[in-house]
Order: sequence, then structure tokens, then C-alpha cells
Amino acid sequence: MNREFLFIGLTIFLGLISIILAFVAIHHKKLSVAVISTSFISLFASIIFLLLAAPDVAMTEAAIGSGLTTLIFFYVLNKIKKTNA
Amino acid sequence: MLKNILIALVLIGFGVIFYDLFMVYEAKTELTDLAHYYAKNGANEIGGANLVTSIVVTYRGFDTLGEVTILFVAASIISFFLKLKEDEEEKVIGSKDTTELLVTASQVLVPLIFLFGVYVFMNGHLTPGGGFQGGSIIATGVALMIMANPNFKINTQIIHWIESISGVAFVFAGVLGVLLGGGFLDNTFKGLGVGEFGTLFSAGVIPIIYSFVGLKVGAEISNILNKYQKSQKSI
Repeated sequence: MNREFLFIGLTIFLGLISIILAFVAIHHKKLSVAVISTSFISLFASIIFLLLAAPDVAMTEAAIGSGLTTLIFFYVLNKIKKTNA
Repeated sequence: MLKNILIALVLIGFGVIFYDLFMVYEAKTELTDLAHYYAKNGANEIGGANLVTSIVVTYRGFDTLGEVTILFVAASIISFFLKLKEDEEEKVIGSKDTTELLVTASQVLVPLIFLFGVYVFMNGHLTPGGGFQGGSIIATGVALMIMANPNFKINTQIIHWIESISGVAFVFAGVLGVLLGGGFLDNTFKGLGVGEFGTLFSAGVIPIIYSFVGLKVGAEISNILNKYQKSQKSI
């Protein structure tokens, strides 16, 4: 019972942090901060998937969502910055 | 001002719709008929300890073939649009020197990451994971290599060969299922059985199919990363 309570509490906590980070991603002036906060949303989402007993989905989300997508976003950001400057 | 009011109205509308859905929702205490069938017969028919893999590769194998095809099309389109001119191919990416820490860490970690990726897709029928997960873990290893050395050259020929051969082998294993088993992508061939439950060589051809899917996904995502990295030259 105690463990279940911990699971639910952690899930709600991570969900709330994800919502706050989503607001940061929309309203922050610096694009790099926005990209990093979306990558953190993916990381927390993968922890939530793990807590909801879906480790297969969590692995994909951690590798692609928070790892590779962030890298590609930064490549594109770099390219846009240099071509527009 | 009008825009903000519209946004607020849309949000309130969504709230009303989802409030209705939320109030009607009741958590199911029993499995549906299909899920019940999978839970009851999955282990005997397919022989995989990880039921998710049994469903993804065999019961819903056609969907997996479609997903692999979608990833292939995406990789092809990215390669097409990020094609470099010939004189740009030889350029060196100007960047500040990468830190000693990152270079050393990548030398230690990259082999381990590759090994873990291979482990994940070889054991997809026993532990959580599988072809897509293992492939993307391998691709993160490639990403670390690229970050440590921005001018790192990946042998694209080998990647193309791995990608094509695994794609053909995946479909070939499916067609073998028609000839020797019960249908396209059937995992048990007649006379061979499914193997002992819970060992590495169990669940018929699932480990073989998932290894090919893993190699294919890893090669495709590495190719996408390689293209993005090279596109920094044309700035």
C-alpha cells in the first residue's frame, strides 16, 4: 500500500513538472532552453512509462525522445542561426 | 487580445469535452476478449517470455513491417534533402575543440553502449526491449561518437549494406513462414517447435527477426545522424 502511494505520488509529481517545462518551452526567449526543456519532458515521460509498467515504451522514449531528437534539434538550430546571421 | 480570448475559449471547450469523458471513464477490472486470448495462449503458441514481443513480431507482425518501412522512407527523404555538393564534401566542420572529458568518456562508453544495444535486441523475446529499442540505443552510441569528434567519418557503404541486407532478410523470414509455417511472419516452422521456454534460442524465429530489425533501425538512425552532422558543412 505504501509503495503504491509512492508510485502515484511520483507519477503526479513528474506530470506536474512536465507541464511546467512545457510552459517554459513555449514562453522562454532562448530557443536552446526550449529544446532542452522538451528533452526533459521526454525524460520524465519515459520515467512515467516505467512506473506505469511499460518498460518497452520507456526505452524507446528515453533513447529517441530525449537523446536523438535533442541532438537533431540542436543541429537544425545551429544551421538556422549561421545561415540567418 | 481577440487571439487570447479565442485560445481561452478553445481551452474551455476542450475542458468541457474531456470532463465528460473523464466522468464516464471507469477502470476496467477484467481483460478484454483479445487480451485474454493473448495472455492465455501467447506463451504456448509463440514461446516468448516477453508477451509484448510476441504480439509485436508475430500476432501483429504486419504492423512492425509497416513501421520499419516508414522509418526507411523517412531516412531516405532526409538523405535526399540533406545531400551535399561535391566541393562541400571535403570541408572540415569548424568547431571549438571538444573537451578531453567527452573524448575519453566516448572511448570508454561507446563499445559498452553498442554491446547493450545488441543485448537488448537479442533478448527482445525474454526481457523488455526489442529491435527498435536496441537499434535506437546503438544510434545513441553513434551520436556520442559524433559529438566527441565532429569530423568523424562514418563508412556509409557498410551502413547501406547492413540496412539493405537486414531489410531483405526480415521479409525473407516472413516468406519462409508462409512456406514452412502457418502464414506470413509465422514464427514457428513445422518440425522445429518453439524451443524451451525462457532460453535464448526459444520463440522460433523471433530472435532472428528482431536482430535484423535492430540492425536495420540502428543503421537507419545512424545514417540520419550522419546526414545531419554532414549538413553542418554547407553553412
